[in-house]
Amino acid sequence: MKHTIQQVFRSGKFLFGFIVFMTLLLITIVYPLIIRNAPLQIIGQGTFFPPGIYVNVYDSIGSPPYTLNLTDAAANRIASKLSNEDRLAMQEWLVADGISESQIDISDTKTLLDQWENNYDPTLNIAGMTLAKKRYYQRLNASLKGILSTEGAIIATNNPQTGALDETDTVTQSDYVNINQVPNVRVLPLGTDNFGRDVLTELVSALATSLKIGFVAGTVATLIGLTLGLLAGYIGGLVDDIIMFITNIFTIIPTFVLLILISYSIGQEHRGAFTIAVVIGLTSWVWTTRAVRAQVVSLRNRDHVNLSKLSGHSIVHIIVADILPYIASYVVMALILQISSGILAEAGLSILGLGPKTTEVPTLGLMMNWAMIYQAHVLGKWWAYFPVIVTIALITFSMNLMNTGLDQVFNPALRD
Amino acid sequence: MKGYRKYFLNKMVWFLITLVCAFILNFILPRLMPGDPVAVITQRVTQGMQSQSGVQAVYNQYAELFGTKKPMLEQFILYMKNVAQGNFGISFSQYPRPVADIIASSIWWTVCLQFPAIIVGWLIGNTLGALAAYLKKGFDKVLMPVSIFVSNFPAFGMAVILLVIFGVGLKWFPTSGGYGFDMIPNVSWKFMWSVIVHYQLPFWSIVLIAIGGQAIGMRSMSIYELNADYVKYSRFMGIKDRKIIGYVFRNAMLPQVTGLALSIGTMVGGALVAEIIFSYPGLGFTMLNGVMGQDYPLISAATLIVTLMVLSATFLIEILYGFIDPRIKAAQSD
Repeated sequence: MKHTIQQVFRSGKFLFGFIVFMTLLLITIVYPLIIRNAPLQIIGQGTFFPPGIYVNVYDSIGSPPYTLNLTDAAANRIASKLSNEDRLAMQEWLVADGISESQIDISDTKTLLDQWENNYDPTLNIAGMTLAKKRYYQRLNASLKGILSTEGAIIATNNPQTGALDETDTVTQSDYVNINQVPNVRVLPLGTDNFGRDVLTELVSALATSLKIGFVAGTVATLIGLTLGLLAGYIGGLVDDIIMFITNIFTIIPTFVLLILISYSIGQEHRGAFTIAVVIGLTSWVWTTRAVRAQVVSLRNRDHVNLSKLSGHSIVHIIVADILPYIASYVVMALILQISSGILAEAGLSILGLGPKTTEVPTLGLMMNWAMIYQAHVLGKWWAYFPVIVTIALITFSMNLMNTGLDQVFNPALRD
Repeated sequence: MKGYRKYFLNKMVWFLITLVCAFILNFILPRLMPGDPVAVITQRVTQGMQSQSGVQAVYNQYAELFGTKKPMLEQFILYMKNVAQGNFGISFSQYPRPVADIIASSIWWTVCLQFPAIIVGWLIGNTLGALAAYLKKGFDKVLMPVSIFVSNFPAFGMAVILLVIFGVGLKWFPTSGGYGFDMIPNVSWKFMWSVIVHYQLPFWSIVLIAIGGQAIGMRSMSIYELNADYVKYSRFMGIKDRKIIGYVFRNAMLPQVTGLALSIGTMVGGALVAEIIFSYPGLGFTMLNGVMGQDYPLISAATLIVTLMVLSATFLIEILYGFIDPRIKAAQSD
């Protein structure tokens, strides 16, 4: 046993898959210990906030200011308001207004703005310009007002007695706050989803649930498959015929269809994550049964099994002591595959809208379903769906890699 | 020919038995669930309805429609009779359109999308797998991890990524639908072109997934065969490498054909979900509409049709296999 395990861990593929899988598993355990936010808590008012560090504006005004004289601060500020496209559009308008193209340098912000200020006239009609374009220039012009000013902003509070605004503070352009001194900062490494929930926290929780679903589904499937396979293979005869008849039928009937039928029949209210896992397990035992049976049939008449029979051991003893050790490696591999296909099956079901009910726990499939329903992929909100796909791919990839590694250890014919 | 007849008859009988079982499951599974399905449906349909007698009338109508008040066996016979006549009832969500009509308009999209995609994926995958086994070294080192990764990629994930890259990002292909949203199906070049353009993304997303899985399978089969005794023996005999490879791949191919027959159900399941991502007007999308609209007759009919499709495809492949594998002829003519 010890030797086998050593051998298994010497396989590069297995080790790599194992490390990836264990890392994912560790994340699901450690992350909730450090960051104790409820995964389904709705924090954002609005959909799909982009990833980043969110600093409370109110608190940063109250925090002690530090003056930093950075030379590129003004340039950055203008650049964030005046994109390259806007500059090109401004050039286009100025050229249409009659200024020669050689006079305009769109990289020189100050001269460009001066030229704009002096020449732009919102009422001017330029031939061939659509109304939408005209409106765009009016908006652009409005946004440029005060872009070059060097004065600070005034903070005022509403005086409840007089109703007037009392100036309390000014924020100059060279004021900075230290983010560590702002009491409310929330890091959203993957932004928020369509409901305004923290995607990373949700993803970790979903990963944990999906892994559980995979484990339950895999265990159920493997147990059923193992039992039926052992019965069919060892006892043989009529039992074998009946079990193989059922197995053959369920091999051909697509499991996905069965899953849809059963999940739909259970109904939304009764579909918990655990129920879905059991249903997936109940529909995917077929392959294990077939393979276990095939192995047991070839083992049944080996000498050591016959010897055991002659010694008067019970069927249970023979199966446990003389047959199981020979198929154990196979069963472990089948279990690994069942877990990964269970996770995939849940995801597929959820996208169809037949996944676990949506109010209790997130699963990877449900997150995908939400992102798809809210068109995250068309809107370019990559953080809502891409991490989910990568996570699913990483789980199944790591498990299949482990499986391939095991296969090469136990099946020398496949070694390179 | 006598040997073949036995093989085909055997497969035919299996096909019929599974068909009947699938049929019974399709009928019985929803009815096994606790509670009264008609009551549930009535409750969904009559949400917000005030009049109690109105709800009762709806209930009675559905009970009549599904015949749930009759004994199970009689219901089953009725169901069989209806299905045999192509009568799947009336859709709830697209009332008063018959379910058969909805299915008929979506089934060809699915058939024309999935089966070519699966076959193309299978062919490319097998070629790549065989090449990896034969060439080894660099080609194998690159192809294998990529194949493993791609084949483990969820079908919907592949669909979304292709959609985002080629549909949203590069804008080469449209992102959804089976043809332009401003068109009515007709026979014209413009419409055909629209269909072809819309076909690309769903097609390649299914093909890519299929390639990965098949390449891995073919590679291990080929390696196994390349190490077999008959290959060594042939080498000692001085038979040319090219000829040996012909033998090897023929032998490695046979399990792959069976593999295709056995995995086509899973592939179709994955492809149905991919259809949903692209809003492709096939059975997958119809099923989604059924689920969203709580449309029980539609779901039931769609699952039955998908089962029928998969069973027929499996049957066809097995028949084909009978012609390719000489062992079947030998075994059956004994």
